[in-house]
Amino acid sequence: MNKVFYNAADAIADIPSGATLMLGGFGLCGIPENSISALATSGIHHLTCISNNAGVDDFGIGLLLQNRQVKKMIASYVGENAEFERQLLSGELEVELIPQGTLATRCMASGYGLPAIYTPAGIGTEIAEGKEIREFNGKAYLLEMAFEADFAIVKAWKGDAMGNLIFKDTARNFNPLMAMAGKITIAEVEELVAVGELDPNHIHTPGIYVNRIFQGQDYEKRIEQLTTRTQ
Amino acid sequence: MALNKFQIAQRIAKELKDGYYVNLGIGIPTLVANYIPEGVNVVLQSENGLLGMGPFPLQGEEDADLINAGKQTITTIPGSAFFDSAMSFGMIRSGKVDLTVLGAMEVSENGDIANWKIPGKMVKGMGGAMDLVASAKNIIVAMMHTNPKGESKLLPSCTLPLTGIKCVKKIVSDLAVLEIVDGHFKLLERAPGVSVEEIVSKTLGKLIVDGEIPEMDVN
Repeated sequence: MNKVFYNAADAIADIPSGATLMLGGFGLCGIPENSISALATSGIHHLTCISNNAGVDDFGIGLLLQNRQVKKMIASYVGENAEFERQLLSGELEVELIPQGTLATRCMASGYGLPAIYTPAGIGTEIAEGKEIREFNGKAYLLEMAFEADFAIVKAWKGDAMGNLIFKDTARNFNPLMAMAGKITIAEVEELVAVGELDPNHIHTPGIYVNRIFQGQDYEKRIEQLTTRTQ
Repeated sequence: MALNKFQIAQRIAKELKDGYYVNLGIGIPTLVANYIPEGVNVVLQSENGLLGMGPFPLQGEEDADLINAGKQTITTIPGSAFFDSAMSFGMIRSGKVDLTVLGAMEVSENGDIANWKIPGKMVKGMGGAMDLVASAKNIIVAMMHTNPKGESKLLPSCTLPLTGIKCVKKIVSDLAVLEIVDGHFKLLERAPGVSVEEIVSKTLGKLIVDGEIPEMDVN
């Protein structure tokens, strides 16, 4: 069993045009930077991308949008991206908006082997149109199907050759959930350590969910909204 | 005088109770954190995966891995905890979060809220708002009473696409504090110097005014 890949280009080399990808991250926090860069130069296109956000114009998924590599975007919030807006309004890009908790839980359900979930989010709104509604204890819930992606691409802080992952701070966000929902899951890590170095008590994503892992490099970790205090 | 956004936040902060877990939305709700009353300890939840949100970092101490739901750099406090996005909405859905404060474009007299989409304009998405309003036990809306044209945003029924139904419990606007009970707005307090008549004229939904209406206690 060898899960360790040399770099991002190596790990994503067999992703075909038309694939459905999940990409971890919240805003620009915890996004798989190396893999996105490699996808941007890979030449593949007609991708369906499932991610909470769509990056900014020149970073994150924005890089794939610039190259017209994305056919459909599935997200909960897509502000902060002028090129995204242009492609949406011109009809080049399909968009499906999903409540954030529903998005997260649909990924989780997939990794837990559950075909669907019931959630109250969206009841009484346009999100509920055409969906099965069922009452439990007098409250209405929507049936939402589990998500599965051809490839899930996530970013972790540390990982080992077994594919075990540890995330840092709020860079965890969607990463462990999407890691569970890929037919093939690719993890890029800031630090790839030897097997045995990670404390088993501290693993967030057990390696069984991860098919490929590589040590990323030159992380920019761009900050979207730098806010500080003076004292 | 109508309240400014800082005074709206200040008034909402008076609703916080010791021990509350609170989710503050983007905009005016975020400002509520600056006015938490002395002796009241609350834990702020950020839906991107943090309980125990601290203040903004000192310059130079920011960390790209540590942000709030508005994508601003933040800090932790002693006792903070991180978790993934499914658990984050799990604690919201299961009613563990005591209070949610968020903004709105429109609220109806039965507590429906619209705050995510304006037909004809670029739709940015609902983010976590639909999950929050569908599940939160107690929702306070921070909003302007009227739109820039002077039209009421407190309506018999919302005209914009809905975010959630029958969920808003209380509104703190620039003019008034109102409760939503049994399908109508009930006036509880008015902004200092703002008359009941003005509030009545700017509230299109059914409004109950019962007895003397005190002025809000804000600085």
